Amino acid sequence: MTQQIILYPLLLQLLLAILLMFFWNKIKAQRVISMVGSAIHLVVSIVVFAYIWNNGTQTLQAGSWEAPFGITFIADTFAITMVLLTSIAGFAVSVFSAGSVISGRLKFGYFPIYHFLLLGLTGAFLTGDIFNLYVWFEIIIISSFVLITIGGEKAQLEGAVKYFTLNFLASMIFLTAIAVLYGLTGSLNMADLANKVAAVENRALVEITAILFLIGFGIKSALFPLYYWLPASYHTPPSAVSAIFGGLLTKVGVYALIRVFTLIFVEDVFLDQILLVLAIFTLFSGALGALVQNNIRKIFSYLIISHIGYMIIGLGMYTEVAIAGGVFYLIHDIMIKTNLFMVSGLIYRIKGSNSMRALGGFYANYPKLSLLIFIPLFSLIGIPPLSGFWPKISLITATFNSESYWSLAAIIFASFLTLVVIAKLWAEVFWKDAQEIPERPRFRYFHKVKNIKRVEMVVPIIFLSLVTLYIGFGAEHVQTLSARIASELMDSQQYIDAVLNNSQITE
Amino acid sequence: MEVLLAIIIGILYAAGVYMILRRSLVKLIIGIILLGNGANLLIFLLGRITEGAPPIIPEDSSVFTEAYADPVPQALILTAIVISFGLQSFAIILVKRAHKVVKTDDLDEMNATDEDS
Repeated sequence: MTQQIILYPLLLQLLLAILLMFFWNKIKAQRVISMVGSAIHLVVSIVVFAYIWNNGTQTLQAGSWEAPFGITFIADTFAITMVLLTSIAGFAVSVFSAGSVISGRLKFGYFPIYHFLLLGLTGAFLTGDIFNLYVWFEIIIISSFVLITIGGEKAQLEGAVKYFTLNFLASMIFLTAIAVLYGLTGSLNMADLANKVAAVENRALVEITAILFLIGFGIKSALFPLYYWLPASYHTPPSAVSAIFGGLLTKVGVYALIRVFTLIFVEDVFLDQILLVLAIFTLFSGALGALVQNNIRKIFSYLIISHIGYMIIGLGMYTEVAIAGGVFYLIHDIMIKTNLFMVSGLIYRIKGSNSMRALGGFYANYPKLSLLIFIPLFSLIGIPPLSGFWPKISLITATFNSESYWSLAAIIFASFLTLVVIAKLWAEVFWKDAQEIPERPRFRYFHKVKNIKRVEMVVPIIFLSLVTLYIGFGAEHVQTLSARIASELMDSQQYIDAVLNNSQITE
Repeated sequence: MEVLLAIIIGILYAAGVYMILRRSLVKLIIGIILLGNGANLLIFLLGRITEGAPPIIPEDSSVFTEAYADPVPQALILTAIVISFGLQSFAIILVKRAHKVVKTDDLDEMNATDEDS
C-alpha cells in the first residue's frame, strides 16, 4: 500500500494538467491553479523524498503485474531527488510564468501543456521500464514542441523546426536501440535487462546498442557533436519556457545516460573513454561558443552545453567519487540554469533587450536586483563558498585518482572560460554606462506592469537563489545526498533486487 | 521473409535520413515519416516473426503447449505508431506555419535564429 506513495507526484501533475484544461479560457484561474498546484506538488515531493530517504528504494508494479512482465515504477534516491528538483524548478517557473508570459500566449493552453511537461519529466525519472521511458520522453518532447511554438513568432517557428527535427531523430534512434535490445534479450524491464545484457554472448551487438543509446540520449542532453539544435532554439520562446527547458530538458537526457550506463551497460572501458572524450569536447566547445555571443540568452544556452560536460565527465570516470561529483553538479546545475533564464527574462522585461551591447547601467539603476542576480551568476562560476565550487572538488579529486589529466585540464579550463564569460557579462550588463535604447511602443516594461506581476517575476528568482545558497552553504548535506546516490548507482545489484525480488503485490 | 524485411528497413532508414538532410521542408516531413515507419518495422522484425497462436494458456494447463507469437512487440509498435502519428501531424502543421511566416521552403534560408541580436 505504502509503495503507491511514489506515484503521488506523478498523479498530481496529471490531475493538475487535466484540471487546467477545464479552465481553458479563464486565464486568471489558470494562473492561480498552476501556482497553488505547483506549491502542493513541491510539498508532496518533499514528503515522498523524506519517505524514500528514510525507507530506502521503493518499487511499484503497475497493475500488479509482477516484474519483469509489467511496467515497474521505482523510486531510488537518484530518481526521487530528480523529482524533488523538478518540483522546485516547476514551482519557480510556474510563478514566473504567471508574472511574465503575456495573456495572448496563455490563451492557447500554456499552463495545461506546462504541467504535461512536468508530468513527463516526473514519469521519466520514476519509471523502471525502458519502453516506458521512451513514452515519457515523447510526452516531454511533444509538450516542449507546443511550448516552444506557442505565440508563433518568426524566430520561434524557425527554432522549433530545428528543435523538432533533431529531437525527433533522437527519439527514433532511442526507439531503434530499444528494438535491438528487445531482440537481444526479450525484456524491457531495466533491472531485468541489467542481468540479461550481461549474459548476451554477441558483445559487438551490445556495444552497438550502447552507442545507439549514447547517440539518442546524447542529442537530448546536448553532448558535443550533437548539440546544434540547442543554441538555435532555446533563446526563441518566452524566457519562462527557456527556463524550464534549460533547467530540466537536457538534464533528463543526462539522467537517462547515467541510468543506462550505470545499470544496463556497465564495465565497458571503451564506452567510458568515449564518454570522457565527448565530455571534454563538450566543455570546451560550449564555453568557447558562449565567449563569442552577444545575446545573453544565447550565452546561457552555450553555458548549458558546456556544463553538461561536468556531469558526463563524472559518468565517464566511473568511480564513486566522480559520479558523486557529477550528480552534485547536476543538482546545482538544474537550479542555476532555471534561475539564469528567468534572470534573462527579467532583464529583458526591464530594458526591452537581451543584447549585451544595448544593455548597461543595471548596477547603477537597480542595485538590489543586481545583488540578487549576483548570486546565481557567481554560483555558476563556482566561487567558494557558492554552490558551483563543491562538485568541482569531487570531480577534480576523481580525475587525480584515476590519473585522467586531460579531464582535469578540461574541468579547470572550462571553469576559467565560464569565469571570463560571466565577468564579461557582468561588466557589459551591470557596470557599463546605461545605453540609449529606443523605447518600444506597446512593450510591457517591468515598471509599467502591475505590482503583483513584478512580485511574481522577482519572487521565483529569490526563491531559487535561496536554494542555490543552501546548496552552497549546506554543501555537506547535498554531498551526503550525492554520495548516497553514487553508491546506489555503483552497486546496481541493489536496484535489481529492489525490482525483481520485491515481488510482493501491492494492493 | 526476415531478409526481405531487413532490406526494406534498411532502405526506409537510409531514405528517411537522406530526406531529412535535404533542404526542403516538405522532404523533411517525408523523411520523418519514413524513419518512423522504419523504426516500427524494426521492432516488428526483432520481436521474431513466428507463425504462432495467440499467447493464451488453455484452461486445462498452466504452461504454453504450442508455439505462440510474442505479443509484446505488437503492443510496442502500436504505442510507437500512435506516438509517431501525433508527431508527424504536429510536424506538418509546424512546417505549414513556418512556411507561412518565414515565406520560404528552404532550410538554408531559415537563419533568423543565428543572427546576432
